[in-house]
Amino acid sequence: MPHELKHSPLEAAHIALGARLVPFAGWNMPVQYTSILDEHHAVRTKAGIFDISHMGQFFVSGPNCAAWLNRLLTNNIDSLAPGQGQYTLMLNDKGGVIDDLIAYRSGVSDFFLVVNASMIEEDFFWLAAHQDPDVILRNESELWAGMAIQGPHASAIFAAACPGQSLPPRNGYATTAAGAIVCRTGYTGEDGFEFFCPAADGISWWNHFVASGAAPCGLGARDTLRLEMGYPLNGNDLSPTHSPIEAGLGFFVDLEKPDFIGRDTLVRHKAAGTDVKLTAIQYTDKGAPPRAHYPVLAADGTPLGELSSGALSPSLMTGIAMAYLPTPFSKPGTPLQIEVRGRLFPATVVRKPFYKRSSPPLPHEYPHGSPLHSLP
Amino acid sequence: MNIPTDLHYTPSHEWIRLDGDIATVGITDHAQAELTDVVFVELPAIGRTVDAGDPAAVVESVKAASDIYAPLAGEVVTLNPDVEANPSLVNTEPYANGWLFKLRVKNPAAALKLLDATAYAALIG
Repeated sequence: MPHELKHSPLEAAHIALGARLVPFAGWNMPVQYTSILDEHHAVRTKAGIFDISHMGQFFVSGPNCAAWLNRLLTNNIDSLAPGQGQYTLMLNDKGGVIDDLIAYRSGVSDFFLVVNASMIEEDFFWLAAHQDPDVILRNESELWAGMAIQGPHASAIFAAACPGQSLPPRNGYATTAAGAIVCRTGYTGEDGFEFFCPAADGISWWNHFVASGAAPCGLGARDTLRLEMGYPLNGNDLSPTHSPIEAGLGFFVDLEKPDFIGRDTLVRHKAAGTDVKLTAIQYTDKGAPPRAHYPVLAADGTPLGELSSGALSPSLMTGIAMAYLPTPFSKPGTPLQIEVRGRLFPATVVRKPFYKRSSPPLPHEYPHGSPLHSLP
Repeated sequence: MNIPTDLHYTPSHEWIRLDGDIATVGITDHAQAELTDVVFVELPAIGRTVDAGDPAAVVESVKAASDIYAPLAGEVVTLNPDVEANPSLVNTEPYANGWLFKLRVKNPAAALKLLDATAYAALIG
């Protein structure tokens, strides 16, 4: 890391809980408290709490800010009523991904953006470089503590921790009497909410949610949970050289709305198809856990590329991974091989998500406001 | 931390149990606690000869793959099929059913150069 590690306002709570802290995106963050497998299962079956204070918080306001944001983001921000949020992407001029983020409409002319930790400076610089004189843009990332409470028990935990208040609907945005921001979003595929409060209040809220039944969970479980849903991680599965169409995120791109940065490339990709696609790959048997950068080969041994993400799925107990592969090899059912230390493990292309809950979620429960896993 | 007194240890957290010229090799309780959640074990080929310090096996947690080094020079003669089928034995029984492989060692006396329980305990603090 070129700079000194940044410290979460919740760090003392992690140390008190015996967490293992590791550098992530320039921050000293908990990777696990007890066991990644236990923490993963806690979120799938009960509820877990993650420190997301490293993520960035931007506030955008001004009479024309919706139109301004719509030029910088792929999803249609005009479709949001106050109190609603959407998953969206910010692209460079070539249609490659700068960052993926969630934009919440907090008022008619007010928006709250949550961006990736590693991209706070770059995102802000990009937005500022396209600044409209009537738009007020504030980076308040240093001022807020953030925590994500995720799992089937999350809403009960909120009710216990914040009596008399209610969670916003799926993807929604609300504020609490105590000045916190509550968003019904997450990165795990489970119901849950993301809670932002002034940094100084962070530890007491964290302890409050833990006392209400949320198991502390680290970045290790956060990664396996998101990968089981096929959610991309920027820096691994998203990059400035791949468009959201190549990443399979066309659902979050509105080509009908007024022009936005990167649109020309996306129109072309949508019309002509793309040479590569971000492809979900699952082992057909047990094997060494797949990890980012491991080679992917066709069934006949032809090299096709490398994994952008990979892990042993704690829910499926088999290897799952994603990779940008030539489009002819991205069709579900295509046999592949993953190379691990010179050994080849058979795998196959599957549909996202890797993990499907036993009962199908209701439409309003879909993460990021859409049936991500029904995408082509 | 459990550190049996009848075993020999390496600074890289392997243990051996010597029986004549056969050394059973595993990783220590401290090592398994550091790794957490062992989900995959890759063992060497039977018949492979190794020098002391050679990477001989790989133990993987959810987060990382770790090389396991041969504590002594010798030939791999036996693998533990149970730990391949159930890698979590490395966590639950690191000194018993969580052993990894057996070596026929060239020079059993070389074990005396490894750490004893007291020295290993001092190493891990």
